[in-house]
Amino acid sequence: MTEPILEARGLTKRFTVKKATVEAVSDLTFEVARGGLVAFLGPNGAGKTTSLRMLTTLIPPTSGTARVVGYDILSRPEHVRARIGYVGQLTSGSYAQRVRDELISQGAFYGMPKADARRRADELMESLDLASLATRTVQQLSGGQKRRLDVALGLMHAPPLLFLDEPSTGLDPQSRANLWQHILDLRDKHGTTVFLTTHYLEEADRYAERVMVMDKGRVIADDTAAALKANLAGDLVTFGFATGDDADRAQSVVSSLTDRDVLRQDEASVVVTAPNGDELLPAAVRALDAAGLTVRSATGVPPTLDDVFLALTGRTLREAGEGEPTEQDPSENELIGANR
Amino acid sequence: MTTVSSDPVVRANLARDTWNVLTRELKPVVRDPFTVIFSLIQPLFFLGLYAPLLIGQTGDPGATLQWFVPGVLVMIVLFGTGATGGNLQYEMMTGSHERTLVAPLARSSLLVGRALKEIAPIIVQSLVIVAIALPFGFRLDPFGLVIGLALLAVFGVGLGSLSYTLALKTKERDWLFWGVQQTLIFPLMILSGMLLPLDAGPGWMSAVAAVNPLNWVVQAERALFAGDLGNVVVLWGWVSALVLAALGLWAGVRAIHKSN
Repeated sequence: MTEPILEARGLTKRFTVKKATVEAVSDLTFEVARGGLVAFLGPNGAGKTTSLRMLTTLIPPTSGTARVVGYDILSRPEHVRARIGYVGQLTSGSYAQRVRDELISQGAFYGMPKADARRRADELMESLDLASLATRTVQQLSGGQKRRLDVALGLMHAPPLLFLDEPSTGLDPQSRANLWQHILDLRDKHGTTVFLTTHYLEEADRYAERVMVMDKGRVIADDTAAALKANLAGDLVTFGFATGDDADRAQSVVSSLTDRDVLRQDEASVVVTAPNGDELLPAAVRALDAAGLTVRSATGVPPTLDDVFLALTGRTLREAGEGEPTEQDPSENELIGANR
Repeated sequence: MTTVSSDPVVRANLARDTWNVLTRELKPVVRDPFTVIFSLIQPLFFLGLYAPLLIGQTGDPGATLQWFVPGVLVMIVLFGTGATGGNLQYEMMTGSHERTLVAPLARSSLLVGRALKEIAPIIVQSLVIVAIALPFGFRLDPFGLVIGLALLAVFGVGLGSLSYTLALKTKERDWLFWGVQQTLIFPLMILSGMLLPLDAGPGWMSAVAAVNPLNWVVQAERALFAGDLGNVVVLWGWVSALVLAALGLWAGVRAIHKSN
């Protein structure tokens, strides 16, 4: 078994703000295997960025440490820096610089020979749709183009581990999907481990293989998005009937199929939140049918990571990051199984 | 240990990193040299609109330019390198500075490379001003020009470093950066005898000027362009510039080490 590419042990960061001590990150301990695509999901202020800044050697932890790509962030920061790519929350390119110049300078910073840097810059501009913008200054780029350049800069030295801090914040849905396609392609091609932070549910849900939910400086859940949803939230399965009597009888029939509570949604419908609702739904319809009940409607809505966050914290991500822009969740009305 | 095939052995190396930072900083200047000329508008106004007033007082164009042009060159350095921290501050706010902090670069190189970059526009701009002044009776000693430009370069590196230091210290508060910068730059300029001789002013002004490094650099430039290379003010000019450069680089390197 190869050693994990990232190992955090008790990482903690305290800031002093107006004489009060704020613990931004508390006792962060986890490992990431090579080649993974891992997301920190949480509201703004959860400690995601602070964690990332410690892991990328930008700020020292108050206590604890981490090994990143085989080196300790405290004792060998220069080795860590040489082996990671970092795409921060803001624009990585300097506004006065031209796109290609900035990429080649970045290559030089990482000790790449000139010819290699040129070749790599052209390759990345090609694969990130920046080739036609090579001589534009960063200032002249659109938001999506700037973000693609940020990713190109982060990938210039072909790092085995790429950190992305809120990679698609501020992008329109199309640019976001486009950026992700590029990240996934590059990952498939080079086997890069990708570690990102996001407050977009959909982003973590769709792309990450593993989601660490963060709240108030702690990781409160750590699993695949599917497992988190199944274990912590479950599918919302609803059955509709013609009369309240039918619904009464249906409640007991469905209850015999699941250990979860079957509730009345309204006069003539019952609802149950269950893991593997996709299996429960047809089984329940058959059982109800056999009991002589006519099922008029049956719907199964898969849970979102927001439901997971709600189950864990009693708050929705939106409430937790109040005032911050979040998107509406596109998976809300999808049918079971359609989103993964 | 097992690592990926391309295991980079990149270690911070001050000389190489400084060179890389310097060449990166010069790229926009090389790509768009007009920006260097464009920032000459202010000194050109002083040369075109202020110098005639001085000449009107003295009645001797040649002698007045001989006195005034070296001051204009120092003014270019003062305003150009004095404001250069604003660029770094902008990069600190947009995120590109943070990106370079994650790169395996010696921290000091980010400051020293930037400070050295200031030399390029100083030389180009000075030569343009000198070329413009020549047809109007400005005379110069070629040897003095070379030493004078070198002095301006050292002075500019010092002032630029201090400007970067101010940017690193004021962080994202750009109003504070510009407030401090403007508060310092105008008294320094007037009390250097750059625009008008201080002889006619009150005694305290001369006293302040005596400890204003800018004043010594201005006087040294005047002596150098006139070919009076052995004048003691040349020595004081160099001492001022070197002390300023050492102080600026020291403060800047300290500030950048603390900047994350």
